[in-house]
Amino acid sequence: MDGAPTASRPVRGLAWAIICFLLLPIAVVFPVSLTDKRYLSLPEDNLSLQHFANLFSSPEWLSSIGQSFVIACAATVLTVIVGTLCAIGCWRIGSKLADFVRVLMLVPIIVPTIVYALGIYRLWVDLRLLDSYLGLIIAHSVTGIPYVVIIVSTALAHFDARLEQAARNLGANLRQRLWLVILPGILPAVVSSAIFAFIHSWDELVLALFLASRAVFTLPRRIWDGINEQLDPTMAAVAVLLIVVTMVLLGAEMWLRSRRTA
Amino acid sequence: MRRPAFGETGIYWMLVMPALLMLIGFYLFPLVRVLWVSVMEPTPGLGNYALLFTNSSIHRVLLTTLRICLLTTAITLLLGYVVAYVMAQASERTQRWMMLGILLPLWISVLVRAFAWVTLLRRQGIINNSLMGMGVIDDPLPLIWNELGITIGMVHYMLPFAVLPLLTGMRGIDRRCLAAARGLGASRMQSFMRVFLPLSLPGVVGASILVFIFSLGFLVTPAILGGGRTLMIAEYISVQILDVVQWGVGTMLATTLIVFIFALLGLLARVVDMRRLFGAT
Repeated sequence: MDGAPTASRPVRGLAWAIICFLLLPIAVVFPVSLTDKRYLSLPEDNLSLQHFANLFSSPEWLSSIGQSFVIACAATVLTVIVGTLCAIGCWRIGSKLADFVRVLMLVPIIVPTIVYALGIYRLWVDLRLLDSYLGLIIAHSVTGIPYVVIIVSTALAHFDARLEQAARNLGANLRQRLWLVILPGILPAVVSSAIFAFIHSWDELVLALFLASRAVFTLPRRIWDGINEQLDPTMAAVAVLLIVVTMVLLGAEMWLRSRRTA
Repeated sequence: MRRPAFGETGIYWMLVMPALLMLIGFYLFPLVRVLWVSVMEPTPGLGNYALLFTNSSIHRVLLTTLRICLLTTAITLLLGYVVAYVMAQASERTQRWMMLGILLPLWISVLVRAFAWVTLLRRQGIINNSLMGMGVIDDPLPLIWNELGITIGMVHYMLPFAVLPLLTGMRGIDRRCLAAARGLGASRMQSFMRVFLPLSLPGVVGASILVFIFSLGFLVTPAILGGGRTLMIAEYISVQILDVVQWGVGTMLATTLIVFIFALLGLLARVVDMRRLFGAT
C-alpha cells in the first residue's frame, strides 16, 4: 500500500458479495447433478452418479458432444491461422488503413449474433451449406476472428519489430521470418487465442439455432432443446461437463499468461 | 527505421487478405443482404419500416426491450462499479482472486448460466422450495418467466463486461490525487465524491454503453428466463424468421437494431478511446 486510501470494510464486503452472486448460481449445478431424484433438485438422501451415466450412455448426447468438438476444432484452426496472419500483417504495415482493418475485424463482436444469423442463413440457403459441418465451421470461424486479432495484436505490440528487421537483413524470406522469428515470440498468445476461439465455437448457440437442424445438431443446440422441453437432471450433468471443460481451458490459458509475463 | 518499399508492404497485405476476404464474403456481405431484404420483401419499399410506427405488438416488444436493457444497465453498472472500485485499490494478490471470480463466469457457457438460474428460480426451484420449507412464504414467488427473471439473468451475464472497462479506467486514475485529497482533510466520502467519482466517469459512460449494446441484441438468456411470455427484440426476430417466416419484418427489426447500436457507438467514440476499451492496442 502506498498511502492512498483503500476501500472501507463494508464496501469490500459488498464487492465480495457481488462476486459470490456471480459464482454461486454456477456452483449450484454441481450438487443438482448428483441428485438421487428423477427431477431437478438438490440431493436429499443419497448422492448418485446416475445422471452422468445417462449422459454418457445416450447416443444423442454423445453424438452432439462429438459434433461440437469436431466443429470447434476445425473452426479454431481456421480462425487462428487467418486471424494471426492478419494481426501480423497489420502490425508490420502499420498504416492508417491497417488500423482500419484491425477495427473492422472487431465488427463481429459488436453486431448482435441474431442479426448476423439472419444474413448467413440466407447465404447458406443459396450456397446449399445449411445444416452442414462446413457451414457452421465457417460461421464460427468468422465470428471468432476478433478474439484472435485482439489477443495476438496485444502480444505483437510488445514484440520487438527490430528482430524481424534483423532477420530480413540477414536474408530470411517471409516464411522463415514468420516461422522462425515472429511465431516463436508470440506463441503463448497464439495458443491462448486458440483457447478462446475454441470456447467461442464450442458454446455457440444462436448460429447453431439457425444453421443446424438435423444432420448437424451441436451440443448447445441440444441443451437448448433440453431446457425448453424436458428439464431433467441429465441437463445438470451436461452443465457440469461444460463448466469443467471451460475451467480446464481457462486454467491452461492462465498458466500460459503467467509464463508470458514472466 | 527505414520505411519498407511498396513490394514489402504488398507482401504483408497478402497476410491480411485471407481474414479480410473471409470477413467481407462471409460476414459483411450477408449483413448487407439483411438490409437489402428489409426493403425488398415482401414488396419493395419502406413498408416494413412503417410497422415500427403502426404495429402495436412491435411497439410492445421495443418498449419491453428498452425497459429491461436500461434497468439491466443501471443495476450492472452499480454492482460493477463497487467491484471495480474495490479491485482497483486492493493488493495484487486479492486482485488476482477477484479477477478469477469475474473471468470464470464470463467464459462459462451462457446456456449453463441460464440453466442454473432456472434451477434456482422456478416455481419448484431451490429458492422457492427452501423459502417454503422454512415457512417464510406459503406460495412460490414468481421469480422467473417474467421481467424480473430476465433482469436477474442479464445482470449476471453482463457484470463482467462492466467490471473490465471500469477497472481499466480506474487503474488510470492517479492515486496521489486521492492521497492529496485525504491529506488536505477530505473525509473518505468527500475524496470519493469530489475526486475519484468524477475521474472515473469516462469509464462509467464507456461501460454503460457497452453493456447496453450487448443487452439489446441478447437472445439466449431472455428467451430462456422469459419463457416466451416476455419477448425482447432478439427473440422476436428469431420468432419472425423461424416460426412465422416473415423475413421482411425480421430483417427490418434487425436493421433497426444495428443502426441504433452504431449510433450509440458513435456517441461512445466521442467519449472514450474505443480501441482501449476493446484492448486492441
